[in-house]
Amino acid sequence: MRIELERRADVSKLFSILSPFIALGLTLFFGGIMFMMLGKDPFSALYSFFIEPLTEVWSLHELAIKAAPLILIAVGLSVCYRSNNWNIGAEGQFIMGAIAGSILPVVFYEWQSPLVLPLMMLLGMLGGALFAGIPAFLKAHLNTNEILTSLMLVYVAQLFLDWLVRGPWRNPGGMNFPETRTFDATAVLPEMFASGRAHWGFGFAILAAILIWFMMRYTLKGFEITVLGQSQRAGRFAGFSSRKMIWFSMLLSGALAGLAGIAEVSGAIQQLRPVISPGYGFTAIIVAFLGRLNPLGIVVSGLVLALTYLGGEAVQVSLQISDKPIRVFQGLLLFFVLSCDTLIHYKIRMIWYDLNDTTGEGAR
Amino acid sequence: MSAEGQPANSLLLAVGQLTKLFGTFAACNGINLDIKPGEIHALLGENGAGKSTLVKMLFGVLAPTSGQIVWQGQPVRISSPSAARKLGIGMVFQHFSLFEALTVAENIALSMDPGVSLARIAKEASDLSHAYGLPLDPHAHVADLSVGERQRIEIVRALLQNPKLIILDEPTSVLTPQEADRLFETLNKLKAEGRSVLYISHRLEEVQRICDRATVLRHGKVTGACDPRQETPSSLARMMVGGDVAHVSAEGTGTKGAIKLEARHLSASARTPFAVSLKNICLKVHAGEVLAIAGVAGNGQGELFDALSGEYPVASDDVILISDKPVGTRGINARRLMGAGFVPEERHGHAAVSALSLSDNLILARSQSDRRAFLGGGPLGLIRQDAVKMAAKRISAAMDVRKSGENPPAGSLSGGNLQKFIVGRELDRQPTVLIVNQPTWGVDAGAASRIRQALVDLAKSGSAVLVISQDLDEIFEVATEIAVISEGRLSDIYPASDLSREKIGLLMGGMYGKTETAETAHAH
Amino acid sequence: MGMFEAILLTVITAATPLVLAAIGELVTERSGVLNLGVEGMIIMGAACAFIATQLTGSPYVGILAGIASGAIFSLLFGFLTLTLVANQVATGLALTILGLGVSSMIAEPYLGQSGIKLPQIVFPVLSDIPFLGAVLFKQDLIFYLSIALVAGVNWFLFKSRAGLKLRSVGDSHASAHALGINVIRTRYLAVMFGGACAGLAGAQLSLVYTPQWAENMSAGRGWIALALVVFASWRPWRIVAGGYLFGAVSISQLYAQASGVGIPSQFLSALPYLATIIVLILISHNRRTTLINTPASLGKSFVPDR
Repeated sequence: MRIELERRADVSKLFSILSPFIALGLTLFFGGIMFMMLGKDPFSALYSFFIEPLTEVWSLHELAIKAAPLILIAVGLSVCYRSNNWNIGAEGQFIMGAIAGSILPVVFYEWQSPLVLPLMMLLGMLGGALFAGIPAFLKAHLNTNEILTSLMLVYVAQLFLDWLVRGPWRNPGGMNFPETRTFDATAVLPEMFASGRAHWGFGFAILAAILIWFMMRYTLKGFEITVLGQSQRAGRFAGFSSRKMIWFSMLLSGALAGLAGIAEVSGAIQQLRPVISPGYGFTAIIVAFLGRLNPLGIVVSGLVLALTYLGGEAVQVSLQISDKPIRVFQGLLLFFVLSCDTLIHYKIRMIWYDLNDTTGEGAR
Repeated sequence: MSAEGQPANSLLLAVGQLTKLFGTFAACNGINLDIKPGEIHALLGENGAGKSTLVKMLFGVLAPTSGQIVWQGQPVRISSPSAARKLGIGMVFQHFSLFEALTVAENIALSMDPGVSLARIAKEASDLSHAYGLPLDPHAHVADLSVGERQRIEIVRALLQNPKLIILDEPTSVLTPQEADRLFETLNKLKAEGRSVLYISHRLEEVQRICDRATVLRHGKVTGACDPRQETPSSLARMMVGGDVAHVSAEGTGTKGAIKLEARHLSASARTPFAVSLKNICLKVHAGEVLAIAGVAGNGQGELFDALSGEYPVASDDVILISDKPVGTRGINARRLMGAGFVPEERHGHAAVSALSLSDNLILARSQSDRRAFLGGGPLGLIRQDAVKMAAKRISAAMDVRKSGENPPAGSLSGGNLQKFIVGRELDRQPTVLIVNQPTWGVDAGAASRIRQALVDLAKSGSAVLVISQDLDEIFEVATEIAVISEGRLSDIYPASDLSREKIGLLMGGMYGKTETAETAHAH
Repeated sequence: MGMFEAILLTVITAATPLVLAAIGELVTERSGVLNLGVEGMIIMGAACAFIATQLTGSPYVGILAGIASGAIFSLLFGFLTLTLVANQVATGLALTILGLGVSSMIAEPYLGQSGIKLPQIVFPVLSDIPFLGAVLFKQDLIFYLSIALVAGVNWFLFKSRAGLKLRSVGDSHASAHALGINVIRTRYLAVMFGGACAGLAGAQLSLVYTPQWAENMSAGRGWIALALVVFASWRPWRIVAGGYLFGAVSISQLYAQASGVGIPSQFLSALPYLATIIVLILISHNRRTTLINTPASLGKSFVPDR
């Protein structure tokens, strides 16, 4: 048997919309099989994984808290990936944003003012952007592959954070735990609704998604991003600079990842610890692709991936299995999303065997 | 002309009702063709007529949908190029099937029996190439070779198989007239040895000169089989095109105006290891003139376009002038704002983005020059889709662009229609200077004649037009002045009426003395 | 055994998985395919090798399991990028994410178990050579394999006809297809070879380097291996040079930590990653050499028309 692809004359509108759902369906199917192999009832497992977290108000708030960083980061990454800049170090930019934004509440903890919070957010964006500026500089001016440099810098950022919270920034009154002092109330991102914990990070995420969507849809800048991503040469013909685009997309995605970092720390954790992210920066890559690199799609896919985190916690309690299946789910989902995207551009034909093939050389 | 009509043993190859479908599109539709031993058989047709599809089926690269191939009286199924080679069919591709990073010998070894050592292949290739007057250094890297030398590799590679039939796909499109003459000698030598040649071309003069018989294709069907020497060029053209093609009329030019485009001692070093550097180029184009720059591919045409368009600005300002203003260091949009328009060679991925709609492709070239009309919202830079779509519609109507739907993606248009849109996109602005690289490369005859006429008309209306082209027919149709580029140097400029093909051919070969020794800086 | 010898031995142990993973990726990239999933394939190899060893008691079965799991896992990547022409960068990332997830799930019951270390194979006589003997002839099977693989790949690529075909596919898949070379099949084989090598590298980690299972124990080695291929300009023997250089960097930082120099341990731990970045900068800032050495169709999808 072989599979043949035939390029469609035009992009399939139907499959553009359908493909993420097919991917989701396939993931659920294989996820169910996985639970069966773990010896659990697949239906109740999937129920507690994907439905149960949606049935209570408090867990909806948790969903918003987890979705916020995913959406913020993924929206920035969508601009990078659309312009063909492969920033995969958002996890590091998230951490550096969190560190930069925490300077005020950790080092200058005595300063209490309504200005603290906005300044923290700005510093967070700055920290993330500067950290993403390193691979941007290396790619734009020294021709160095951004995939490897941005990824290597994740390890550097994680180690830097580890050093800070065990060393200079350790809470003097914290019984030697590796963590900073807890933030003052003026440095904590307020809750969005009276009904629960969800903080303004989610608001930032929605706002960023709408703004970037508007930019991509209606402005010349968005057009420039699309063109440079499709063909650098055509972009140059249009007078667009791919070097400036490297800077623009990397700094933008770094700033959004940094904002996600400081919003998470300020809104949800309220102090720095050696580990402040369950891999948001990497999961956001899946979010970006599942949302088909469209900011509004990313809002939806961010909520879906946030659900896998909550569902993972839920099945840990209800079925006594570990949290490991979450990452398998996420990996499977990205695989299926990428496979289903083929349907948008190609018709797929299965050729079981070739009737005319007598020479045996037909199985090419 | 089907296989059954002839005694089977007198034919080398007989093709019956051969059909190839891509989806529902029939690239070849019931083709009948036969080739006798020891003849040079022409396959004539326009771009997109199905010639390449047909020969790819004969060489086993594509699988036919239906129909039969009879080789020396035996029905055969050619499932792969190696099967074709075993039968005795050799192929010289139009877009060469060579590997730049490998040596000549390695390139040849890839289509040889794996039992033969590389050293022996190098020796045999070298011997054979000298025997046929196509000298080759087997240890040179392909990346360092000229287009003509690359074609020699393809021919030698085919000959080493000792084939009975050699297929050549548009072999002269990349050669100077003198190189083409040498190729014809080689072909006649092959014919004298009793080998057959299937010669694909759209150049009628050559076909009449060297071919014994011709089969003409149009829209995937055979529209004629004849002895080309009994036909006139216009009767052959009618079989190819299916009607008369409007003649480009260059009458009425001759009012030279001020200098609109000038290059003064323009030099630029090569950006990549495989590029050509520009050396001391001087040219002037007056209003009302069409200056055509002839030359064999890969002699610095692309680099010259890049420098003149400002896609890659040069180091000093006053080596390039548009309307007497120095622009050497300015970018492409600054030059557009001074009234210049540009049409690059490559349609897909340079002049246009295939996946984007026609209106988006209009913004591609004109976002800054038509800022007021196409953009709104001040610093936000909102694209006014209505205005852009209107303009795209206007251009499509003016240039007779045939398309499916109102605003389809550029990739869905045929080469000719997309090129008409790309040229029309610039003409729509009435540019004072238009620079076009290979205006009708791979375009059907109808579209080509329309585009050429538009270039001539633009010059007549008082603009300066610079055309870079490999096609001598095209150059003689549109040019008022001609210069030749060779290895990054430009010849003097001559009035078009003072130059013959032979003279241009000599200039193409490089009157500056060509260096044959290839640099092998990146040997493994 | 002298101090220097001991250090050299640890450097070799640290370098071997990098060399293995990089030589596999080199072959994959020479065929024109960029597989960023090396990290995922290594960790799968590590997990499967460890599990198989614990189940059978034989580290040699573990090695086979590591190789097989890497090769099978890479088939997933091959199916997506070669058959379904999915984006190679994104699919490579997916492979890494999935590999980290699946490995931690299947090997969870083995967390904290002490493993079986792969025994040394001692060459009589040769191993008695002073200094060199202990370093070169008293090693485990995987070390010998790593050197043999580099030599074999070098011979294959530059001396054999099949290797010439593989390089031609990486240089221009359209030309290769026109000549009748099966581009897709060649690339599938190259991808699987890369997977097998990465799996073997993983087996080295969980059977030799630290004979136990820990989540994420590959610790970015897959990414360093990818950088090594660039560093080596796609030439096999330079992989060895680069791999041992990196091995030396990571071992020296361990010694520095142990000897308690006044630098925080985190900074020392960051050294291998920073060294990777610096090496990448040094290699790639010369656009000319990069352009000449990079396989011309690296990362580009190919759909044959039939």
